Amino acid sequence: MSDTDLQDQAIQVDTEKGNFKYPENYEFDAGLGLNEDTIKYISDVKDDPDWVREFRLNALEVFQKKPMPTKWADKDLENIDFDKIRYYLSKGQQPARSWDEVPDDVKETFERLGIPEQERKFLAGVEAQFDSEASYSRMKEDLEKDGVIFVGSSEGLAEYSEIFKPYFGKVIPTADNKFSALNSAAFSGGSFIYVPKGVKLKQPLQAYFRINAENFGQFERTLIIADEDSEITYMEGCTAPKFETTTLHSAVVELVALKNAKIQYITVQNWSSNVFNLVTKRGMADEGAEVKWIDCNIGSRLTMKYPGVVLKGKGARGEVLSIALANEGQHQDTGAKMMHLADNTTSNIISKSISIGKGRSTYRGQVHMPKHLKDCKNNTECDALLINTNSRTDTYPAITTRGQNNTVQHEASVSKVSAEQIFYMMQRGLSEGEAMSLAVNGFVNELMKAFPMEYSVELKRLIDMEMEGSVG
Amino acid sequence: MKHSLEVKNLHVSIDGQAILKDFNLTVPKGEVHALMGPNGTGKSTLAKVMAGHEDYTVESGEVLLDGVNILGQEPDEISHAGLFLAFQYPMEIPGVSIANFIRAAKQARLPEGEEINAIEYYKDLYAKMDALKMDRKFTARSLNEGFSGGEKKRCEILQMAMLDPKYCVMDETDSGLDIDALRIVSEGVNHMRSEHRAFLVITHYQRLLDYIVPDVVHVMFDGRIVHSGDKELAKELESKGYDWVKEAFATASA
Repeated sequence: MSDTDLQDQAIQVDTEKGNFKYPENYEFDAGLGLNEDTIKYISDVKDDPDWVREFRLNALEVFQKKPMPTKWADKDLENIDFDKIRYYLSKGQQPARSWDEVPDDVKETFERLGIPEQERKFLAGVEAQFDSEASYSRMKEDLEKDGVIFVGSSEGLAEYSEIFKPYFGKVIPTADNKFSALNSAAFSGGSFIYVPKGVKLKQPLQAYFRINAENFGQFERTLIIADEDSEITYMEGCTAPKFETTTLHSAVVELVALKNAKIQYITVQNWSSNVFNLVTKRGMADEGAEVKWIDCNIGSRLTMKYPGVVLKGKGARGEVLSIALANEGQHQDTGAKMMHLADNTTSNIISKSISIGKGRSTYRGQVHMPKHLKDCKNNTECDALLINTNSRTDTYPAITTRGQNNTVQHEASVSKVSAEQIFYMMQRGLSEGEAMSLAVNGFVNELMKAFPMEYSVELKRLIDMEMEGSVG
Repeated sequence: MKHSLEVKNLHVSIDGQAILKDFNLTVPKGEVHALMGPNGTGKSTLAKVMAGHEDYTVESGEVLLDGVNILGQEPDEISHAGLFLAFQYPMEIPGVSIANFIRAAKQARLPEGEEINAIEYYKDLYAKMDALKMDRKFTARSLNEGFSGGEKKRCEILQMAMLDPKYCVMDETDSGLDIDALRIVSEGVNHMRSEHRAFLVITHYQRLLDYIVPDVVHVMFDGRIVHSGDKELAKELESKGYDWVKEAFATASA
């Protein structure tokens, strides 16, 4: 099959078209700032059960006590003014099950981004979130018959609390970090997925996140439980218009892979360049289970995100494959965490970052193998590509290995696209932008082979767009 | 319209040091010209300046492709105008396969919205690789990465054949080639010879010219052509050595 054919079939969320917005008319607005009243307002609107109300208020307290992590993190975090952010905005809609029921402006938003076409062509189910709440959620019927649950987090905790509650907040506790606490206090939207024993989803489920309002914080909360021997791939994408003011996206994503289950979680992060993207993502892998994060960060002002896997059962496998592209004015602070807690567990981290202009990329890794374990393996590779002489990259790997027959392997490299390489490619007829794109695509090519085809095509297109904008 | 590659009164310097000094040359379509001369005399500089390399300062003069001056144009524009440079030291581009690279280069020549026919493209590519005795598995390898000297030069000729240029400038294509590779590469070039195309073959040694027989041989010294003749001139150079050039022409150029 030719590349062109594949491209036609591939997902075509045109993120370039993401820069538009509709007038804000919200039925529910928690107003500016964060205090107990804000949280209570959210609980009232969402009609939270008592345990959720308590969970939120406790989290608020933790959030207020915890300092900003600016001791080690980017000082730019200090520019977030928590009093100037709106923590809940919705039109009071229940997620519609068909496009016809979706409010017109929301529907148009997602149609402009190409969501319905994608759903028809390629996906097993879609959830689309507009500001604080899911506005559309649908799954193919045969999956429902198999007992698969794919709903918004609010519906998940209300309708399926017997499955939801035991795992919620267990992989990522409220107090994990300041932003997981913030999310735990103000969370709204996000997905809840349960895949029953032995059910293997052939097509991915997808969630699409859209921020439409200025000075807004989106705090979606996703929990995916894959029961024994099941398999699921989940993809998420995101856009926002280019506002002048700060917007905050602070999600918490928890994955639970029970015995021999497989979860693959794919992210294309393309927030506009004023969004602080501070996300906590972690999976738990039981015996023989596998959790794989494919994480690509193209957009945002500052991203801090280190997807992790807790390798809890024997023979569990964890993987983080990530690509970060830091353009002018962006800082992609990303990495991975692997916690080996059982014998014979393996983890693999491959991180590729590209820094353009004064763009900055940082890799932070943490691999932990305590001394009572044996036969654990980790492989870490992090490669950085610098496009200009003033581009910047930093690598902070932290690997602790004890125990018997535990092996870790770590490789890191920094390379540059040279003027002579660009001249060579231009001599063959490529423009400077095309030559840069090709060099960057070449840099990530090997890693992208491990990604689903539809996804690499989309990613390649985003990289091309970024590179075109960066030249001249 | 003139059907030639013409260099007129070209003065080029780098960091204030003059390298090309009133250089003149005309290569009409249908002909192969060899440019010979000792190291450091400005041959590679000429090649890079013609291709639009930005490190060099053009003090004055013109490089005309079919009568149109290309100096000052971007390297990709010069490429589209029909000039191909086979590099002395081809660059490695990690992760970009030969097939994808040549395809991108061909795509860049098409009008916007037009797509390359993939089936035709691969047919063409494989036929040309076969002629250059390149293993088809090469298409998937990263461009020039880990290639031997000979493989790199074959890959240059493959690109030249695929991009179908009007004017081919070959910079020391024979360096790094063993005798078999030299023959194969030369066959590839000879196959491309036509009345619609001209070649400027830059070389240090006469050896290559046994295979690619030139119509005209130019001898370059100290930034300009000091002597021209037919193919026998290359042989004379080979037997007398470049010292002969220095002695015979150094005074004339001083």
